[in-house]
Amino acid sequence: MIEMQSVYKTYPNGVTALNGIDVTIEQGEFVYVVGPSGAGKSTFIKLIFREEKPSKGSIIINNKDVPKMKWKDVPYLRRDIGVVYQDFKLLPKMTIYENVAFALEVIEETPKNIRKRVMEVLDLVGLKNKARFIPDELSGGEQQRVAIARAIVNHPKLLIADEPTGNLDPDTSWEIMKILEEVNASGTTVIMATHSKEIVNTVKKRVIAIEGGLIARDEHRGEYGYEI
Amino acid sequence: MKFRTLKRHFNEGAKNIWRNGWMTVASVGAVTTTLVLVGAFLALMFNLNQIATNIEKDVEIKALVDLTADDAEIEVIESEINKISEISSVTFSSKEVELANLIESMGEEGNSWELFEQDNPLNDAYIIKTTDPLDTLAVAEQLEGIANIQEVNYGKDVVQNLFRFNELARNIGLGLIIGLIFTAIFLISNTIKITILARKREIGIMKLVGATNGFIRWPFFVEGLLLGVLGSIIPIVVIVSGYLYLINNVSALTQFTFIELLPFNPFAWQLSLIILSIGATIGVWGSVMSVRKFLKV
Repeated sequence: MIEMQSVYKTYPNGVTALNGIDVTIEQGEFVYVVGPSGAGKSTFIKLIFREEKPSKGSIIINNKDVPKMKWKDVPYLRRDIGVVYQDFKLLPKMTIYENVAFALEVIEETPKNIRKRVMEVLDLVGLKNKARFIPDELSGGEQQRVAIARAIVNHPKLLIADEPTGNLDPDTSWEIMKILEEVNASGTTVIMATHSKEIVNTVKKRVIAIEGGLIARDEHRGEYGYEI
Repeated sequence: MKFRTLKRHFNEGAKNIWRNGWMTVASVGAVTTTLVLVGAFLALMFNLNQIATNIEKDVEIKALVDLTADDAEIEVIESEINKISEISSVTFSSKEVELANLIESMGEEGNSWELFEQDNPLNDAYIIKTTDPLDTLAVAEQLEGIANIQEVNYGKDVVQNLFRFNELARNIGLGLIIGLIFTAIFLISNTIKITILARKREIGIMKLVGATNGFIRWPFFVEGLLLGVLGSIIPIVVIVSGYLYLINNVSALTQFTFIELLPFNPFAWQLSLIILSIGATIGVWGSVMSVRKFLKV
């Protein structure tokens, strides 16, 4: 489902983030992306949904050639990919319900299906009773659950989470992990960038370690491997 | 785009009016202020133009036929006059008609002129109107060139000054209106830009969730339209009621002069429509323009 071949990325300011990445991720996998800060984790993730373009190399996602994609086709790529951010990226003036419904309005789903599906995922993340709140009225963990709900509401083939537990306390982090595992169990590929040694070493999955813009390790049921 | 999505965009645009609270008030305020000014100037302009046109319409040329000209020569004159393309109407007025008009215009004293009915000293005349009053001078010159025309009268100095004044008045008015509209657009796009800067992040988020540019732009279009329409309500009320007051109080004073204001119906409604469409246009323009540069994410 994801195929990267000798991918390089140098930013306009001269910083080289990726230095030749080769990786294949199959449908249904759960992958941790680990590595020190500034090693290229975020760039790796941003390339997948075309928030950034590689300087060199090929990226194929769901049989789409991402770097060669035209601007007007980018939204359609993103509809197949749910993304969860460390800072949630919720729309502050919309209610929780409206935030999640937005992803379905974009694909022009019928209002009846939107209502049904939104309540379904809000139930899954345990926020059914907070549908009418706005993001600021929720705790960090709750907001992250809303972000996950929005990311999975349109049944994407791929879920990307960029340090989804970065700002959360341990208990809340485990809740988030539980939801991500459920999503993965239903067949969605999950890619999660993280700094949490505890999570990686407890919930064993494939681990891709990125160091200095290169893949340093790629192990199934791997360890976090850094001392922080 | 499906119909339900269009409906969603209108809902969303209307909701944004509420969500933006004071920013909405600021934008509507900017539209309102400028539209009151634009509306007042438009009313003034249209009326000045109307007065000028009325005066110009009354301008006519009188070409006096030589006393010695016989019927054949008069026919030649008529065919020559008809060759001039800028002319809209030609009326022949015989010397008997001319005398009768003169006697009538003199009132009581005219009676003494009746003596001349036996031996009429006046000329036969052609009364000519031009299609465009501004051609009066050129036409008069051509008339003077025709054989057996004794004299061409059109109040040369008065007409020239009048036309010069009318043209100046129109140009100044037009310049003021254009200046005002540009000020309005500047004010409004600035106000909306401030509200949109606050929304730059939101637009970025929408794009990351997979919204197309059109999907994001539509609610902004609707919002701008509503801002413009909301902003034109007060100006329309002010201008229409002000014009009604003016008509009721000024018409009596100007009854016997050449100043005649445009009638309330339909002018006030036409003006309202113009204000409404200017408001809607600048609202939409300001809104859509300022969202444009945030869409490339």
